Amino acid sequence: MMSEALPTLWFVLIAVLWAGYLFLEGFDLGVGMLMKLMARNDTQRRVLLNTVGPVWDGNEVWLVTAVGATFAAFPLWYASLLSALYLPFLLVLLGLIFRAVAFEWRGKQDSDAWRNRWDWAIALGSFAAAAGIGAALALTTTGLPLDANGDRVGGAFAWATAPAFLGAAAVVLFCLVHAAAFIALKTEGGVRAQADRLFRRLLPIAMLPFLGWALLVQLDAGSAVTWLAVALAIAALTASYRSALSGRDGRAFAALGVGMLALVGSVFAAVFPVVLPSTVDPAFDLTVSNASSSPYTLGVMSVVACFGLPLVLAYQAWTYWVFRRRVSEASIPAAHGVTAL
Amino acid sequence: MEALEIARWQFGITTVYHFVMVPLTIGLGLLVAVMQTMWFRTGQHQYLRMTKFWGKLFLINFIVGVATGLVQEFQFGMAWSEYSRFVGDVFGAPLAMEALLAFFVESTFLGLWIFGWDRLPRLLHLLSLWAAVLASVFSAYFILVANSWMQHPVGVEMVDGRPVMVDVWAVFTNNTALVAFPHTLFGCLAVAGAFLLGISWYHLWKRRHDGLDTVGPDGRVSVGGAQGARDAVDHRVWLQSARAGAVVAMIAFAGTGITGDLQGKLMFDQQPMKMAAAEAACHDGTGFSILSIGNLGAQSCDDITAVIEVPGVLSFLANGDFTTEVKGVNTLLPEYQEKYGTHLPDDPKYGELAGTEIDYLPVMEVTYWGFRLMIGFGALAAVAAAAALWVLRRGTVPASRPLMRLAVLGILAPFGANIAGWVFTEMGRQPFVVAPNPDPTGIDGVFMFTAAAVSPGVSLAELVTSLVLLTGVYAALLVVEVRLLVTYVRGGTAAAMPELAHGARDDGHGGSDDGDASRRGGKDDGDVLAFAY
Ligand code: HDD
Ligand code: HEM
Ligand code: HEM
Repeated sequence: MMSEALPTLWFVLIAVLWAGYLFLEGFDLGVGMLMKLMARNDTQRRVLLNTVGPVWDGNEVWLVTAVGATFAAFPLWYASLLSALYLPFLLVLLGLIFRAVAFEWRGKQDSDAWRNRWDWAIALGSFAAAAGIGAALALTTTGLPLDANGDRVGGAFAWATAPAFLGAAAVVLFCLVHAAAFIALKTEGGVRAQADRLFRRLLPIAMLPFLGWALLVQLDAGSAVTWLAVALAIAALTASYRSALSGRDGRAFAALGVGMLALVGSVFAAVFPVVLPSTVDPAFDLTVSNASSSPYTLGVMSVVACFGLPLVLAYQAWTYWVFRRRVSEASIPAAHGVTAL
Repeated sequence: MEALEIARWQFGITTVYHFVMVPLTIGLGLLVAVMQTMWFRTGQHQYLRMTKFWGKLFLINFIVGVATGLVQEFQFGMAWSEYSRFVGDVFGAPLAMEALLAFFVESTFLGLWIFGWDRLPRLLHLLSLWAAVLASVFSAYFILVANSWMQHPVGVEMVDGRPVMVDVWAVFTNNTALVAFPHTLFGCLAVAGAFLLGISWYHLWKRRHDGLDTVGPDGRVSVGGAQGARDAVDHRVWLQSARAGAVVAMIAFAGTGITGDLQGKLMFDQQPMKMAAAEAACHDGTGFSILSIGNLGAQSCDDITAVIEVPGVLSFLANGDFTTEVKGVNTLLPEYQEKYGTHLPDDPKYGELAGTEIDYLPVMEVTYWGFRLMIGFGALAAVAAAAALWVLRRGTVPASRPLMRLAVLGILAPFGANIAGWVFTEMGRQPFVVAPNPDPTGIDGVFMFTAAAVSPGVSLAELVTSLVLLTGVYAALLVVEVRLLVTYVRGGTAAAMPELAHGARDDGHGGSDDGDASRRGGKDDGDVLAFAY
């Protein structure tokens, strides 16, 4: 009994970490892509950048923690998933590297060419990271060709199947709408109006791949509860659209988030207790019980998470409160360069 | 075999690159936090300028540490899946705790610090920086706990062929970690000290070069000053930074020496072969080699001669006395073979190496020189810092350009010491990725050969692709980072505080050409926010 409870708790926690990651970094990845897709001039780009400036790094740590927690709680899941998806994760890493340095370095020199280069780094880096993470998450729920030892068979591109592309599209498009909603909530003036329009135009189609991924998993392994979660998601997405039409940014943003969370919840709940299915032979599936760490390790980690996670939520929430003010083009000071003495 | 080699190169390159950025982040972060604390307590303007200037350089560097750290977190699973499966029960925990307890604090509070300058109350703003900086110190502790477990496994039991954690306290108080942590912290401070000293030296020199500060025939310094960023306060900024840097560098070297001595004593116990290889000591003895010649890479020990040797010192390093004989390579090899086997098992997980003879001797050129370069670079930096402190006693630096260049070049020495130290530590552990704990009360059977650690399912082509791409990206980012740092260093305090440049515009020292002072002036009314990006 005990030996099942802790791995299950950790499966839930890891699902929560992924959901938190998608919710939080979702909008800063989207804002990154919109640097090239929406913003029309440098001031607008800086408005976008400054909506996420103080928080993007904190959001990214949700990913580091999700991956680290998987290593600690399910080493076999961590080892198989990351080595099987070697190239997609390489893409994610390169994307995140470029994005991170671009955020910090973009404004450090006053030259259009310089800024433009880093804008591309932010946009493409965000796209690559979102696509890679989407593919990885979809595949960990639909399966990879793994042998008895958990190693990939079939070569470097054996993962490149329909669910991979569906998952990539799901997360990229979700990030885009989510960011549009976020920008509408966090800015004023022209940028806000643009984001609002974009949101209303995108929402009806942008969540379809996400829904598709959820349905794919449900058809295979769904239960009454998980189908209910999908229904809840659809209701939330509809509510989000209606709030946007009536100009309620906050509600539109929140309802979209709830929709995404419900979909992620439905997916993870449906695959449970499998953490990484093998498409070669179901006997090779990694499950909550055969991939997990020892009860002692899980117990230690549970204690740490019990007071660590609420603390993180508290001070991150506080950060959002400190920077709650909307950003507008008028609040962006002129760029300045650095001249040698 | 080949995949293993590529994976090792990739790991080594990524970690060393990460550890070029990390010591500067940790060391400089601590110093900037002290500077801001001084500003908070005294209100003196030079401390504000120091905080802003060094803080800017800190941020430019910090972000590359983040970018490469991400790779670290993923690469155990990507390239070393067998390793991850073997050690996951004990090794993943410190990594996850590092993320949950350190990285979150670090990234969140650093965001608050960068963007909170005009928005948070001053004390809260200061505390945000301290939170971020102390979290980076904690992150070092967690990761060193993980690394120390690979050097000296404790707190586990073998269950079904895998180590399972039974005592988390033992893992977190591993004596290897408890001495590696302060040693590494002092190493970080050595980097930051030399960084402060070299750059401040440049600015003091530049002020003399530009005729701002002059030295009279009696040796007295008269501090001049233009308006704006290069006033008399500016002189104090650089002088205080230079002196602080020199003092920190000296203390840091003393700290690494003391803790390094403790590490050495543990190492004789825990990894005797590593220490013998570090000394190129083939035969049992007591002497510390200053210079050994011969073919250090040779697999037999016969053609190595210690040219200069100080009797007794090796014994002192190992045991604290001058007479106890320390075991040499020739004594140790048979002991290792007896304990851990002469040949790798004939198991597919060893790839092409399956069934081959195990070479317990690490690459001696690397261990021998790595150890000496670490100590040598560190000592060099410490001596240079002491000399600099003496030169600075009058309040400025000599007008000599070569000397200034030397001071700037000196920044590299502690970086070199850190890199050499890690390469020595990691390569000296070979052929094990998890070194066995030889203590009779330690854990039997908990060790892993590096040859068995690599991901079996990953192809050579994938590894080569990632090695080329990652190395290329690191190289490019290093070039950009150094260029940015140079630009901001050349710009002086005005680079970090454009408002200073505006004041200086009248007399031709202006830095900014945006021509939009009125807009910036509006910052004070609280409506307009000071943005960092
Ligand atoms: C500025 C950096 C710096 C300086 C001046 C020194 N070290 Fe060091 N040393 C490191 C930076 C470093 C390091 C890079 O941080 C290492 C690698 C792993 C570790 O724990 O610290 C290291 C490792 C390391 C080890 C290896 C431990 C192991 O493999 O388990 C020993 C024995 C020493 N050091 C000893 C010394 C001594 C006797 C020094 C004399 C002054 C010294 N170090 C100066
Ligand atoms: C920042 C600190 C570290 C540095 C600078 C560092 C440095 C290195 C270097 C230079 C190598 C190459 C050695 C060789 O190829 O023979 C290496 C290998 C390796 N290190 Fe470390 N290391 C660090 C921390 C760690 C940690 C915390 C781990 C934890 C698992 C680790 C695990 C490994 C592994 C798995 C290899 C590859 C196998 C090997 O070739 O030794 N290292 N490291
Ligand atoms: C090989 C093992 C290592 C791993 C897996 C690792 C992991 C990471 C990760 C994921 C980050 C980025 C965190 C972020 O997004 O904010 C990072 C940054 C950092 N790491 Fe490492 N690291 C390793 C070695 C080390 C060592 C040996 C030290 C110190 C002694 C260290 C100290 C730091 C610091 C101070 C940063 C600065 C930036 C930040 O934390 O945000 N790391 N590391």
